Formats: sequence, C-alpha cells, structure tokens
Amino acid sequence: MLSRVANSIYWLNRYSERAENVARFIDANYQMALDIPESSGSQWQPLINTTGDHELFEKLYGKVTREKAIEFLVFDRNNPNSIHSCVRAARENARSVREYISSEMWEQLNTFYLMINSAAKEDSMDLPHQFFADIMTASHTFIGITDSTMNHGEGWHFGRLGRMLERADKTLRILDVKYFILLPSVDYVGSPYDNILWGALLRSASAFEMYRKRHGRIDPKKIVDFLLLDLHFPRAVHYCLDTSMSSLQHITGGRRGTYSNKAEQGLGRLLAGFDFASLEEIFELGLHEYLVKTEAEILDVGISVREVFFSPQVADTATEMRALE
Amino acid sequence: MRFDGYKTEGFYDELFDSQGKARSGADLLIERINALPGAELQRRQKTAESALLNLGITFNVYGNESQTEKIFPFDIVPRIIQAKEWQVLEPGLKQRIKALNCFIDDVYNDQKILKDKIIPSDLVLSAEGFRKPCMGLKPPCGIWCHITGTDLVRGGDGEFYVLEDNLRCPSGVSYVLENRLLMKRTFPMVFDACSVQPVNEYPNRLLDMLQEIAPQGVRSPTVVVWTPGIYNSAYFEHSFLAQQMGVPLVEGSDLLIHRGEVMMRTTKGLERVDVIYRRIDDDFMDPKAFREDSMLGVPGLMEAYSQGKVALANAPGTGVADDKAVYAYVPEIIRYYLDEEPIIKNVKTFACWREDECQYVLENLDKLVVKAVNESGGYGMLIGPHSTKEEQKEFAKRIKASPRTYIAQPTLDLSRVPVMVEDHFEGRHVDLRPYILYGSKDIYVMPGGLTRVALKKGSLVVNSSQGGGSKDTWVLNAEGGPSPESPVQKQEGL
Repeated sequence: MLSRVANSIYWLNRYSERAENVARFIDANYQMALDIPESSGSQWQPLINTTGDHELFEKLYGKVTREKAIEFLVFDRNNPNSIHSCVRAARENARSVREYISSEMWEQLNTFYLMINSAAKEDSMDLPHQFFADIMTASHTFIGITDSTMNHGEGWHFGRLGRMLERADKTLRILDVKYFILLPSVDYVGSPYDNILWGALLRSASAFEMYRKRHGRIDPKKIVDFLLLDLHFPRAVHYCLDTSMSSLQHITGGRRGTYSNKAEQGLGRLLAGFDFASLEEIFELGLHEYLVKTEAEILDVGISVREVFFSPQVADTATEMRALE
Repeated sequence: MRFDGYKTEGFYDELFDSQGKARSGADLLIERINALPGAELQRRQKTAESALLNLGITFNVYGNESQTEKIFPFDIVPRIIQAKEWQVLEPGLKQRIKALNCFIDDVYNDQKILKDKIIPSDLVLSAEGFRKPCMGLKPPCGIWCHITGTDLVRGGDGEFYVLEDNLRCPSGVSYVLENRLLMKRTFPMVFDACSVQPVNEYPNRLLDMLQEIAPQGVRSPTVVVWTPGIYNSAYFEHSFLAQQMGVPLVEGSDLLIHRGEVMMRTTKGLERVDVIYRRIDDDFMDPKAFREDSMLGVPGLMEAYSQGKVALANAPGTGVADDKAVYAYVPEIIRYYLDEEPIIKNVKTFACWREDECQYVLENLDKLVVKAVNESGGYGMLIGPHSTKEEQKEFAKRIKASPRTYIAQPTLDLSRVPVMVEDHFEGRHVDLRPYILYGSKDIYVMPGGLTRVALKKGSLVVNSSQGGGSKDTWVLNAEGGPSPESPVQKQEGL
C-alpha cells in the first residue's frame, strides 16, 4: 500500500484513540471531584500533566480551574491534543484516505466530528458525563466498524498498530501522574477516600470492573500490576504492546523473536521486557523511572515506524536526483 | 406540498408543458408528489440533506478560508428526460466526441485541418489549451479524450444545444451517482414505477476503459487516480471514484520516475504504475515539460508518457479542443472529419475576432452573453440582460483591447425544472452534463448525467461555485416497465 495512506490510517487511529482517552480522563476526574469534599482546582492539575501539555496550558490560561481545564482539554483548538483537535485531525486523515477505508468508517468519523463541532459551538455542558460517554462510544463504534467493514490486511494492521501504541502511552501516563498524586496521601489510607481515589485511577482507564473481576480488593500494587502487565485487559500496557507486535509482524511477515527492521527490533525488545517483567523489579527500579523509560521507548518505536514505512528511502539515485532537481 | 399553484411563466419546463399539464413520463411523479401528506416532501428533503452532510459529500470553495466545505445543494424533485429525446442526444454526443478527438490528434500531428484552412491556424495555436510539448504524441489507440463531460442546455424552443465541451478534467460525475443513491432511498416507490435507466455502471465502465489503455504487454495493469490533494475543490470526487473502482488514490508526492517508469512509494518499496486517471491540470503534471513552479507534479512524467511507459487519461493537451474560440468551429470540425451533419446543434456564437461580428456584439451587449474564452466555472462572464450599463462599458473596453479572447452568444431561455422553495415549488433554470467514456472498443454515454440548477431566482448561472445545486436526472426507458436498479418490488404509494 502507499506509504502516505499507511501513515494516514496509522494517525487517524492514534488521534481517535487519543480523543477517547482524554474524554475518559476528564470524565473520571469529574466524577472523582464530586466525591471529594474540599474539591477545587487541585484535582485538575494532574489531568493537564497527563496529557503532557501543562506548559501550553500555563501560557494560555494561567492557574488551573475545572472550567479552564475542561475548555483546554475539550474544545481549545490551540491545544493540538484537545478532543476537538484530535477528532478534527483524525477526520482530516480519514478524508485523505477515504477511498482506502470503508465508507462506514468515514461516515462514523465524520459524524463524530460534526458532533464535537456542534458541541463546541454551543459551548455548554449541562450533562458532562453524557457528553464524555458519547465521545467514548463514538470511538468504540469507530473501532467496531473498522473491525467489521475493513479488510484485515496491511492497512488495518497499520491502524491497529497506531491505536495500540497510543493506548499504551496513555495508560503509562495516567499511571505515572495518578500514582504520585495518590501515593503520598497517607491521610487517606484506610479511609473511604482511599478507595475513591484508586477507583478513579482505574476508571480513568475504564479498568474498574475488569480489575475487580481479576483481583477483587483495591490494592495499589495490584492495580499497577493490572494496568501494566496484564495480558488480557485491552488497555493494559502489556496487552497493547503484544497486539502492536502482532500487527507489525502481519505487516512485515516476520516471526516473533526475529526482526528485519528497526521498528520490529525496538518493539520486540520492549515487549520481551514486558513478557518477563516482575512487579518487584519494577518497584526496585522505581515505578516513575520505569514508566518514563517505557514512554520514551514507545516514542522511539513510533519514530522507527515512521522511518521504516512512511518515508522509505529509495535504494537508488532516483530520489537523490529528484531532490537535487 | 402540491404542484397546484406552479407556473411555467413562459419558459420551457422539463416537467410541465406550456398548458401547465404534466409531460408524458413526468405525470406519475407529479401525481405521487401531489398525493404526499402535508410536509412529507420537506421532511424527505431534510433527510436527504442530512445524509449528504453525514456522508461528507461536500466540495471546497476557493477564497473562503473559514468555511472550506459546503454541501452541494441538492433538490429532490428529479429532472426527467424522455426516452425518445435521449435517443437523439446519445448518438449526437458520440458523434461530437469522435470528431473532437480526431481534431486533437490532427492538431498535434499533421495539422491537416489547419492546412485546409477550415479553422484559422493562429486561433488554434494561440489557444490557451494548446500544449506545444504534445506535438507528435501518439496516445494508445489514438484516444486523447477518454473522459468528457459535455454541457447541454435546452432553449425556449425545446431543443437541446451544446453549450460547452469539457475535455480536460470534467467533474461532477460522483454527484450523479450519489444523487441517484439518495433518490432511491428517498423515493423508492416512485422510482420503481418510473422505469429509469441506470447510471451505476459508470465506475465499472471507467475502470474497464482505463485498463484497456494500459501500455502494451502489461497483463494486469495498476491503475491509479491522481488528485492534487484534499484541498482541491473536487477532492471528494477523486476519492469517490478511486474507492468505487478499488484503485489507489495518489498525490504527486507518492509518484516518482525510476529508471524511466512511473513508480509509487509503498510500504514495501516502489511499485510500477501503468495507467493514471489524472485529475490535475496539464500545467501542473510535470515541471520539466510544463510549469516549472509546479509543486504537485512528477518531474519526467511526460518523458515516460511519450515513451509509452504509462497511459494518461485524459491525454495532455486536450484543452485545445474545448477552447471557447474553437467551439465556434465544432460544426465544421464534425463535417470535416466525419462527413456528417452535427446531430446536436451549437449555440449561435459570435466571434469577436471577426470584425463584423465584433461590431454586432458591441452594439448588442445588453442582449448577449459574453464569455472570456480562457475562463470557466462561470467566471469572466457578462450576462447582458442582467448587467448594468457600467458592466457593459467595462466589457466593451475589454473586448476592444483583446477581441481574440471573447465570444458572445444570444441569451438562452434555459429550460426550467420545479424546485422546492420553502413550502411551494418555483421554476429554476437548469443545464445538463452527460459523461462520456471513450474506450478502445466503444464509446459509452452515461444515461442522463448531472443536472445543475441555478437556485437563485431568475439566475442563469448553474456553477456550484456560484450558488448552483443539482438534481437527479432520470432518463426513462423506451419500453417502460420497472427500473432495472429499483430497490423495491412494485408496491403502491411512494
């Protein structure tokens, strides 16, 4: 398939996944803030940190409040990672590959965009939960439509690769930020708030129910274990990397345990680390350090994917000649 | 909503005769619409419009940055063409394109028609669409114009005339296909009862034709559609056609010349391209052969083309034959190459480079439509009866300064079709653009084509960039009977 088309499919999936994650963060935070008595802006700062855009926020808005945080994360078009910007970018990418994806996929993304667009114009949020739930549903619907209307060939695998790398990155970030907010709050240990806060962390990753089924009691270490190392929970980092690898190998025709390019090598190495990781070792290294290192490695995989597939060099003088002309 | 108060106001109406009676073939449609309860028709129109928006069937408007996408306005009352009218138009269109194709081939090779002085040599060689780099080219099967969209209009006398030949990259066919889909959803029953000729063959025909013209010796050719990119006004169509044919849609940056062949960049390296349906102007195709500053083009493409390594549809240089000045000579061109009388007439055309005709034009600016020969899309036009004295003066000045670049035609009483205006029907002017595919085996004319409608009251400009919309066009079967592509079995009601 065309490199440009692969690139667009990869990104349209990343962007719609990103929009979904931002919606989920905000929704979980919103609910949590309602449960905590002395709620002010303090729950919203970490949310801005999760997306990695705190510097831009400070420049545009100054001090964090709930209203400003939501405006920034949902509607602000100056924020390239706001829900509005992400869905717009997903749609623009889809528009450039409309002939390749199914009409149903395009129609869903287009409707998704029109929904956000009209909400942005109204600028009201009477029922925030409903709004965020609609966004998550729109994204889930898109995934379902993609799976059931598009050939599960190269293009589909590029899409899934993008989505899974994005999701792994977001789970890492939310874990990183929330863990450090939650950990020092010794006052809360054993109090009802303890459960509320850890519950909110799980809900940010839509993991609450599945965690309960797997581990039962709320236990910070088990939560970390679940969100990082579980191989069955679809938002766990390990699951995401495993699925990414499987898509990458569908694309290259490679086998697990071997590699033929930089992307496969990087992702394979990262995945092997997860395959044989233990929670004890992770905490020994320091959770924060581990998360930051993994985030960086995922970023590198993304860069390699781009170099290998989206801007391939022609092994001949033709491109050089073209560049000279 | 009913047609009771509808008036044809002295214009030729496509659905009603001058007595206000439904024309044969349209009677069933009128009857069914009249029978609809209250606001049902408005409801269906709304449903159709929101479907268009959700499908993202939009076009881009130049010079309008904030709101770059618009739905192409669509009116759900179809335009109906009788079988016996179509039986004249179809051979007429084939005849015309055959002759124009001969003309282009001749101009870029032997130039017999110029030597025989049928048409002034300098007029052709100075035409804006004439491309010197095309001299001596021999496209596969001698076909230059693979895809044509000829603009027809019906005058007050009820006769069809050719208004313009679009031989470069005619657009709009995707709207025909989407409009039809929408109509079948909106009016399944009436559609079924009316026996309408199908249009959905077009993408198959197009793909067949493109595969036929592949360079010799290529077994299963790789066909691509080439678009200037998502900001092009017809991007939706490029993408739609690629999708319907199941072929890649490429941009210039996806293509390169490698060892003399056209290649595209894929995730698995370079892959050869055999046939390009290009939707990009000649000028931008290859900076080596045409405009040097083209960022969209593929350097070396023309070289590969002239070596027969790749086929292009349409061939470069076809614009020489849809020049508005050359238009005036098309009847002569038909006689010269085919030794036949033109089946569809030209609109009477005054050429400002002929002194006597220029004088007439200058004296009758208030009655004529003046067109700059190098402009299209409804730009650079003076519509005499709707113009002010200042505008006429301005055009007189321009014509005197450069007579070669202007033609004039009598104002046509374009025929009208009812459109929905809030809660009632009003007549609006329409034209018709059928699409023609010129293959190595036969010529295919899509039954019907795009009916464009000037939605502004009294306006004669149907271009989408100037407030035009579209309608579905129903060419009826001669024998009657159910529509071959009808979605339902025969039932009563709509």
